[in-house]
Amino acid sequence: MTATRAEVCVAACADLFGNDGEILASPMGLIPTLGARLARLTTAPDLLLSDGEATLLAGTPALGESAPAEGWLPYRQVFDVVAHGRRHVIMGANQIDRHGNQNISCIGPHEQPVRQLLGVRGAPGNTVNHRTSYWVPRHSKRVFVPAVDLVSGVGTDRDPGRFHDLHRVVTNLAVLDLTGPDGTLRLRSVHPGVTVEEVLAQTGFPLHTNGHTETRQPGERELALIRQLDPQARRDREVP
Amino acid sequence: MRDKRMTARDVVAELADGMTIGIGGWGSRRKPMALVEAILRSPLRDLTVVSYGGPDLGMLCAAGKVRKAVYGFVSLDTIPYDPWFQQVRQRGGLEVSEVDEGMLQTGLRAAGHRLPFLPIRAGLASDVLRVNPELRLVACPYTGEELVAMPALPLDVALVHLNLADPHGNARYLGPDPYFDDLFCLAAARRYVSCERVVDTADLVAAGPPQGLLLNRMMVDGVVEAPGGAGFTSCVPDYDRDENRQRAYANAAREQSWESFVDSYLRED
Repeated sequence: MTATRAEVCVAACADLFGNDGEILASPMGLIPTLGARLARLTTAPDLLLSDGEATLLAGTPALGESAPAEGWLPYRQVFDVVAHGRRHVIMGANQIDRHGNQNISCIGPHEQPVRQLLGVRGAPGNTVNHRTSYWVPRHSKRVFVPAVDLVSGVGTDRDPGRFHDLHRVVTNLAVLDLTGPDGTLRLRSVHPGVTVEEVLAQTGFPLHTNGHTETRQPGERELALIRQLDPQARRDREVP
Repeated sequence: MRDKRMTARDVVAELADGMTIGIGGWGSRRKPMALVEAILRSPLRDLTVVSYGGPDLGMLCAAGKVRKAVYGFVSLDTIPYDPWFQQVRQRGGLEVSEVDEGMLQTGLRAAGHRLPFLPIRAGLASDVLRVNPELRLVACPYTGEELVAMPALPLDVALVHLNLADPHGNARYLGPDPYFDDLFCLAAARRYVSCERVVDTADLVAAGPPQGLLLNRMMVDGVVEAPGGAGFTSCVPDYDRDENRQRAYANAAREQSWESFVDSYLRED
């Protein structure tokens, strides 16, 4: 079996949870959700997963299916987990800069945005309390900008404190981390079929490229699991 | 014990221009929409609204009722952004205090505890501090660590919607999440709960485990029986979100003025 680009992205998201142990995985969005579930079914069986509302799941269901519960986690207790730190969130990002500052609040000036987005939501608290990764389904200069319009998620250049832990950025083209000079974005791997030039052309600032590899293909068992978790292939609509 | 039953119209008659109103629920979940709609029908204005924002905040802003919005996000859950709130923000002129959603909870807790502030890590090093210049840091007297001093968010009024209440203000949620409705009530001077059904106290207590009794009499001034009172937001297990009605609300933002939408949307009182 050959993996599709979406399946490569799911496996890359699963790999984010590799060494996390018994913590809450909080994936936002379809591909990260599949990634977290794949991780729990393979390399990270001790992860805690919620149903996206108030229930912790004992099972690992397919998209849209339910699973037996193992616990209760209403929003107020999610904030307790955030402060406690035993959590790894994969958030979306409307904008990211080279130090990993992220914006989900608005485009343009905050007093009168050109486009009102979600608001900062939990991004400020997430990024100063526990491990945070990002998922970008359309890697482009619109997202990877020299400076974000509003810092919702805190980057490496802002005195972010002792619990700050920006881990990775997974996109439809590549996997990035923040180990470049001065904590800047570095190309970690390009997905099969993607060139470094393509990634650089879609990134609105210089990207550190030193020692990158090719993103791994998911194995046969992983592909079977991904297809069980997402039998309608909704992943292909997010990443064609 | 006092009988606190009243109508949504009675609740709004106790409100005044310029008040700070906290609205319970979360996003497009268990919002007190019958009470919000009663405000839409009223001449009230210049409100400050504190909310985990959904169509409650979207509607009140679109109707020109809101001077200032205090929120962490505004979302319809299955529709990522509330388009009415977007329009108002993009037109400019709405005063906002946008904070991390954990900071909102901390501000409500501080108000409920009658403290001037509580420390929290969320907000540090982010633009939340830039866009809320009134926010200050506080240094820990033991370690010197600097944290955000989240100011109390005292409310004149809290509006919440639960599944069941008795006539005295004891109330219970039956779904999986209490959201922050108790904290909104504890932070407020006047507290109004609408509910799907008013039942007697014995039936209220028998309807589920004691932990589901979120509000007690000390926390409530008025009880409104409002079946379907969460509007198109979810109120499980009584009903799920009405996605068709929510979509119509969102689509109307592209096609209709707020005034013509309100004419077609608001039920007769």
